[in-house]
Amino acid sequence: MSPRAAYLDWNATAPLRPEAAAATAEALARCGNPSSVHRFGREARRALETARAQVAALIGAAAPADVIFTSGGTEANQLALRGFPGRHVMVSAIEHDSVRQAVPDAALVPVTPRGVIDLDALDRLLVAETRPALVSLMLANNETGIIQPVAAAARIAHGRGALLHCDAVQAAGKLPLDRAALGADLMTLSAHKLGGPAGVGALVVGEGLPLMALLTGGGQERGRRAGTENLPGIAGFGAACSVASDRLADYRAVAALRDAAARRLVAIAPDAVIYGGDIARLPNTLCIAMPGVASATQVMALDLAGVMVSAGAACSSGKVKRSHVLDAMGVPPAEADCAIRISLGWSTTAADIDQLVEAWGALYARTRASAA
Amino acid sequence: MNASAARFQHRPNSAPVYLDYQATTPVDRRVLDEMLPWFSEKFGNPGSVTHAYGREAEAAVERARGAVAALIGAEAREIVFTSGATESNNLAIKGAAHFHRELGKDRVVTVATEHKCVLESARALEREGFGVTVLPVDAQGLVDMDALRAAIDERTAVVSVMAANNEIGVLQPVAEIGALCRDKGVLFHTDAAQAVGKVPVDVDAMKIDLLSISGHKIYGPKGIGALYVRRRPRARLAPLFDGGGQERGVRSGTLPTPLCVGLGAAARIAAAEMAVEAERLLGLRRRFLAGIRARLPEVRLNGDAERRLPGNLNLSFPGVPALALMEACPGLALSTGSACTAAEVEPSYVLRALGLPDDLAQATLRVGLGRYTTDLEVDFAVEGLAAAAQRLAAGERVTAAAGGPT
Repeated sequence: MSPRAAYLDWNATAPLRPEAAAATAEALARCGNPSSVHRFGREARRALETARAQVAALIGAAAPADVIFTSGGTEANQLALRGFPGRHVMVSAIEHDSVRQAVPDAALVPVTPRGVIDLDALDRLLVAETRPALVSLMLANNETGIIQPVAAAARIAHGRGALLHCDAVQAAGKLPLDRAALGADLMTLSAHKLGGPAGVGALVVGEGLPLMALLTGGGQERGRRAGTENLPGIAGFGAACSVASDRLADYRAVAALRDAAARRLVAIAPDAVIYGGDIARLPNTLCIAMPGVASATQVMALDLAGVMVSAGAACSSGKVKRSHVLDAMGVPPAEADCAIRISLGWSTTAADIDQLVEAWGALYARTRASAA
Repeated sequence: MNASAARFQHRPNSAPVYLDYQATTPVDRRVLDEMLPWFSEKFGNPGSVTHAYGREAEAAVERARGAVAALIGAEAREIVFTSGATESNNLAIKGAAHFHRELGKDRVVTVATEHKCVLESARALEREGFGVTVLPVDAQGLVDMDALRAAIDERTAVVSVMAANNEIGVLQPVAEIGALCRDKGVLFHTDAAQAVGKVPVDVDAMKIDLLSISGHKIYGPKGIGALYVRRRPRARLAPLFDGGGQERGVRSGTLPTPLCVGLGAAARIAAAEMAVEAERLLGLRRRFLAGIRARLPEVRLNGDAERRLPGNLNLSFPGVPALALMEACPGLALSTGSACTAAEVEPSYVLRALGLPDDLAQATLRVGLGRYTTDLEVDFAVEGLAAAAQRLAAGERVTAAAGGPT
């Protein structure tokens, strides 16, 4: 019999919120291209604009027109970073691959050993740069959950004539979010990380910024992103944003579960290392190393016990690579190779945490016994 | 009122008859049923292959990939999932051009009647310094093979010619173009968003290197499409998106499992039902055209009468402005052309390329028939359109007579 499933990989993807599922299913059952002028088209257009306002509300954006729907966070990040070809791109060393690899000649801004961007280094890079710049800094890291000083970075960037892009994919729906207060000229969101469907995201672009489109064609999204809009996905995204705004307080309980998990794991393994434990962090994320036991071994052992976690970002290869995030923080490679990411969400239960602690504890006991 | 007249009475509260299947199609109920579990209970990220939810999603995505491949005679690993045909077209054209630029190939050849996203991709390349040739079409909408042959040279990176036109439904001679391009050693891309699932497409027989597919044009969901990328001989592309390295590095981004599953299901249904459905639609198309012509002999069919999609008609009503005609038929959901430009007042560039004068182009409607169109709907539409066109034409004559010299 397969074990009970404990899903603790919410930073990879979150289950659909029931409200988002309903909105998506409703839109899927209707036919209409939002660009068509007949009744089906007009109804689709209305649903599209409702969702745009819901997404704008999540980040306190004044104008829904600033929201450009994309196929997801990756496309939004690419659009932001490639959309200003005259600007030199600077990205923090802990950004998601879709930011780090968006432009080939991007400058890397280092982070401190505590996992936050080095603001002095950012300022020095901006001073030394002769071209206008575009700085990309995530609001919260996907692997460690560590929250970045985006507002401070934006002030520095603006003082030096640079724009600031903020990848808020992991933070959105978990933290209160106000794009204007952060000073982010551009902001990336992804639906499936906050309880909406996969295949949809948004780039929010401050009014008047001359963004160059990545996908050209039918002129949708005011010429900034061509392609028939993924209306069911967008409707689900909008609904998920509304629910997420209403339920931010739920993350207090999530944080309590996360902190309890951390305490119990460290009680079992006093030599375990938690990254970002003493600094502002997402309420749901726990990045922890069990020294001497490879990440892949831990993830596989937990998988056999029905506990789903990850060794880092959920991307392509299926191979477990060393985390560039921990690398950038100066974590020794031997230790970084033993780190896993545990991420919780609004439906995580105490039983899920018990199952994690039991499986991880059993693995720890086995490895320590065989080492002795 | 006799029975047949009652049948044509439009009930104001009912939904209009949908005749815009080239703009978008409803999701087939069978497709929806396959998709729904992947939204909710099976929500894993197909990239999370280290745990059960991720592996289950990955397996579903791969089954879907196989179904899409089977529809066009490809191998599963030649299918790259994208967000839709616009992205597929952008990726194919810009990606092929960017990759081949370093090999001294800096020219792109396409056709005047292509979808806007193909033409805009070519224009974007032109701004980057690529040479772009846009070939004309004949009065039937078909590309001139001699002109195409002459346009290709050793510096051509990619030729892009659509399989079926979105406005006039015309089917280009894809197999001939494929043979020519293979012979010349040039990559051949075809935007098959309108053709796949409607008419047979085989990437090997037609020697296609790159082919764009759309989900929502084949009764699958919006937000998903695919690009076929030939492996032997290999069609090489520079990606549009970099990042997590999904889709063998050609297209990064988390794969939307339910949408992939939906595209796969739509492809499977299309493959199984295409032959029978195409015959049925052809019958409906003939019924529509015969009905209109019986009432309005002056109506003109745009685009080749035979070499066209079974479910497409593009009709000019001389002297009757298309927008007025649509307004006069609230019971019909029709369009004047491409949905992307539906709100524009400019006459269709596709019809202009056929040589239609602007006044005729602005008197033109696209009729898209599809999986749920019935005989009854065709008759209802013919009756409504013909009556409205006659009314509008008569009104125009009255106005002209009243305003003219006595």
